[in-house]
Amino acid sequence: MKEMRFDAAVVGGGAAGMAAALEFAARGLTCAVIEREEQLGGILMQCIHNGFGLIEFNEELSGPEFAERFEEKVRKTAITPLCSTTVIEMEVEGEEKVLSCVSSGLGVIRLRAKAVVLAMGCRERNRGNIRIPGSRPAGVYTAGLAQRLVNIEGYVPGKDVVIIGSGDIGLIMARRMSWVGCKVHAVVEILPYPSGLTRNIVQCLNDFGIPLYLSHLTTNIYGKDRVEGVEITPIENGALMLEKSFKIPCDTVLLSVGLVPENELSKNMGIEINPMTNGPYVDACLMTNIPGVFACGNVLHVHDLVDFVVEEARRAGAFAAEWLAGKRGGKEVRVKAGPNVRYVSPSKVAPARDNKLYLRTLVVKNDAVLEVKLNNKIVRQVKKSHVQPSEMITLTLGQAELEAAASAPDSVLEISIQ
Amino acid sequence: MKPGSDSFDVAIVGAGVSGANIARRLSAYELDVVLVEKEADVSFGTSKANSGIVHGGFHHNKKYLKARLELQGAMMFDRLKAELDFPFERCGIVVAAMHEDEMRPIEQLYMQGVENGVIGIEMCSRERMLELEPKLSEDCVGGLYAPGGGIVEPYRFVFSLVENAQKNGVRLMTGFAVESAKREGERWTVKAADGRSIKARYVVNAAGLFADEVSRAFGAEDFAIHARKGEYYLLDRMTKCKPARVVFPVPTSVSKGMLVIPTVEGTVLIGPTATAVQDKTDLATTREELDTILKSARNMIPSVSETDVITSFAGLRPFMEEDFYIEPSKKAPAFIQVAGIQSPGLTASPAIGEYVKDLLKKEGLKLVEKADWDPFVRKVPRAKDLSPYELDELVKKDPAYGEIVCRCERVTEAEIVEAIRRGHVTLDGIKYFTRAQMGRCQGGFCTYKILKIIMRETGMGWDEITKRGEGSSVLRGEL
Ligand SMILES: Cc1cc2nc3c(=O)[nH]c(=O)nc-3n(C[C@H](O)[C@H](O)[C@H](O)COP(=O)(O)OP(=O)(O)OC[C@H]3O[C@@H](n4cnc5c(N)ncnc54)[C@H](O)[C@@H]3O)c2cc1C
Ligand SMILES: Cc1cc2nc3c(=O)[nH]c(=O)nc-3n(C[C@H](O)[C@H](O)[C@H](O)COP(=O)(O)OP(=O)(O)OC[C@H]3O[C@@H](n4cnc5c(N)ncnc54)[C@H](O)[C@@H]3O)c2cc1C
Repeated sequence: MKEMRFDAAVVGGGAAGMAAALEFAARGLTCAVIEREEQLGGILMQCIHNGFGLIEFNEELSGPEFAERFEEKVRKTAITPLCSTTVIEMEVEGEEKVLSCVSSGLGVIRLRAKAVVLAMGCRERNRGNIRIPGSRPAGVYTAGLAQRLVNIEGYVPGKDVVIIGSGDIGLIMARRMSWVGCKVHAVVEILPYPSGLTRNIVQCLNDFGIPLYLSHLTTNIYGKDRVEGVEITPIENGALMLEKSFKIPCDTVLLSVGLVPENELSKNMGIEINPMTNGPYVDACLMTNIPGVFACGNVLHVHDLVDFVVEEARRAGAFAAEWLAGKRGGKEVRVKAGPNVRYVSPSKVAPARDNKLYLRTLVVKNDAVLEVKLNNKIVRQVKKSHVQPSEMITLTLGQAELEAAASAPDSVLEISIQ
Repeated sequence: MKPGSDSFDVAIVGAGVSGANIARRLSAYELDVVLVEKEADVSFGTSKANSGIVHGGFHHNKKYLKARLELQGAMMFDRLKAELDFPFERCGIVVAAMHEDEMRPIEQLYMQGVENGVIGIEMCSRERMLELEPKLSEDCVGGLYAPGGGIVEPYRFVFSLVENAQKNGVRLMTGFAVESAKREGERWTVKAADGRSIKARYVVNAAGLFADEVSRAFGAEDFAIHARKGEYYLLDRMTKCKPARVVFPVPTSVSKGMLVIPTVEGTVLIGPTATAVQDKTDLATTREELDTILKSARNMIPSVSETDVITSFAGLRPFMEEDFYIEPSKKAPAFIQVAGIQSPGLTASPAIGEYVKDLLKKEGLKLVEKADWDPFVRKVPRAKDLSPYELDELVKKDPAYGEIVCRCERVTEAEIVEAIRRGHVTLDGIKYFTRAQMGRCQGGFCTYKILKIIMRETGMGWDEITKRGEGSSVLRGEL
């Protein structure tokens, strides 16, 4: 069995993995990026639509173009990309982490590194996860799989489509399927508001005249061998209106019902997972409960913009590099998701410096106020003209606001939306 | 037999676990045997969607044929596993009483088990139950333990049986839906819906839910098989509720109740329900039934959580009367009925193979043992069962073991190719053989890779690939 040794190992070569790896290279540290697919880029490679990089590059790129910019940078450094290679196990051995990786060319590699950055991305929630009853014919796909089939493999999975869930991938696929000549009959969403970005509702549904059924539950899938239709039931005041159910004939159902960070490897290694994000609990340095193991990108919590992914990943890489240089975090303050907030990531802040926080609201609201309390004292209030669960909120807190925590023991920072 | 000949000594209709065991048993003799199946692959009927339990021998009275065959069949599994390389484990069975009133039926089951000669069967106190199964609810008041009960992956069992039967000369014809039959002299001519036909001296009707139709096609007994649906939930292998043994509730008069089953492959099954349905192809799951399952599973094991659900499915029990109906037809010559094979059909199936072989002998079939019968199938190494060292060695011999196709169940390209070479060319066939698409993402990541491998290995076009045979095409166009 082959052995390899690096200062740092990055698991996953998507946007997050590449951005984190570049930080190690910039500091002269040796680093490997392990990626299961043949090329780097991750999910970006199948997102051929525009809309990436507005913050990062100040222009609108397609997913592959965005990935290419990072890949070029990676190629110019001493980073070792190990593509077509899957990490199957991670263990801690003394000061080192040992990753078992497998590829057809090299067999099993025991890759040793002092620091590890997790950047495995996420997977799509599927039919079983949301328990749609009915038969199990061919023609039910997750939207991401359909996207892969159409954009990369060149196949059309079906002609008459109903999309369940109004997540971004589903919206993008509604437009994509229309472009390739399919009829998209409906997008069905259980919640009273869409779960994708507003711009996608406009550009992908409204522009194509695709109806969006909000507050509707998919109560059945019909068809013995291939999908023949779906049954949709309105929800009124929280109750299913079964007598108002109706059937939409179709041969294909695409599911866009959310993403789940892919943390089975992490769990097996002993990393603690936050049930609100399905990603690891991390401290102010994006480090998990295992010293030297960091996390960023969609494996930490699901992001809607790749620009935020790379921003977070850069910080994870930089923190890991500092950790390798012997720097250990100072005092940290626990962060709590207060009223109307689903989660805040990371779960700790360091009062001695600037902290970037990502959070998601539980509510749709106009003229909302984001309120930050330290030990029950308001330290910041931010006006937001509109908040909704599908759009992540960013917040930077600095020394000025967190000063009081430096002296008080057991401080708690609570963030809420009023 | 001359290759390509369409004349056989025995034709078996239906490649479920009954037909497969009969075929494999007959493959040990100098006979020309054909196994015909209407679906695209074997085990696509009731034998693919059931609880997968090798029962403990205490549920039924020995006056029933099904109980006698269950007891005999259950004992044959260890040997079969050694020969046929399918997942099977004797993890033991507990029956949990959740109320004092349920201790009487427990006692009756115990007495029945003792009468049936079940080895090691034990009446248990509450403490003993919680020791055997710490995940059980605190409300458990006692129960029963049958250490010999086990779990099996039913489709893998059927795949191996059929593969071994084929290795020993049995011919398999899939997509062959028996429609009509005629007796001409000493032979049956059996016609399929697609126009193909075969001839056979003896015919075995092991057509599961449709054994009634097949019986009528042969002018044999007129009976009706009804379907009783059982719905299930499958839970992720990371679930915290996985018990060490199969956990049964106290049975009711119609079914053995809803169970919590630790599958051999590490996932957890909960179910099944029991509802009569009219349509014998109706495998739809329903909201109400699925809610019932969660409730009753939680009653026994409180940590069962719906967030662990990865999929749901249903199976249909072929219900006819109280017992199996296995005997030579009284109306049609050289025609053996193997019908009404409801639970414990899977457990009993190896014994059904023996029993039918003996019936055929009584009916005049000459059985001469083959000198070169080979009881083994070639084992497929599975990446997920290997240590990193073993996997490394394997990749050196076959690099396709280094390509992980299904990340959730850790299935490599080599295993997919092996499935295809052994005749499983539908997405479901590959799923049952390899477990790819069976894990938590349910094929979200690997389906496109599998499609490409099928096309490469078989030369099939994109429009020929199906989920499980005719009508279930996967792709509808090319750009
Ligand atoms: C359909 C879709 C549309 C989007 N649209 C936009 C948009 O318009 N604008 C925008 O800004 N953002 C968009 N996003 C969001 C953004 O692109 C993603 O959030 C971002 O690319 C995620 O990067 P990541 O590196 O965290 O994850 P990924 O890109 O998923 O990368 C994870 C990588 O890890 C690899 N990996 C996982 N496990 C292992 C293992 N065990 N061994 C080896 N490798 C492993 C995977 O193969 C994968 O390549 C979209 C996302 C999707 C899915
Ligand atoms: C919900 C449920 C749970 C169960 N749990 C257990 C358990 O835990 N333990 C246990 O021991 N038993 C269990 N059973 C019972 C067991 O699954 C069945 O007894 C067994 O699978 C029956 O096998 P079979 O081969 O007789 O029928 P099948 O598997 O149905 O096979 C019959 C085959 O015949 C084919 N066929 C039908 N008509 C034609 C035709 N005209 N031409 C050609 N082919 C045809 C069908 O396609 C099918 O493949 C359970 C059953 C159900 C439904």
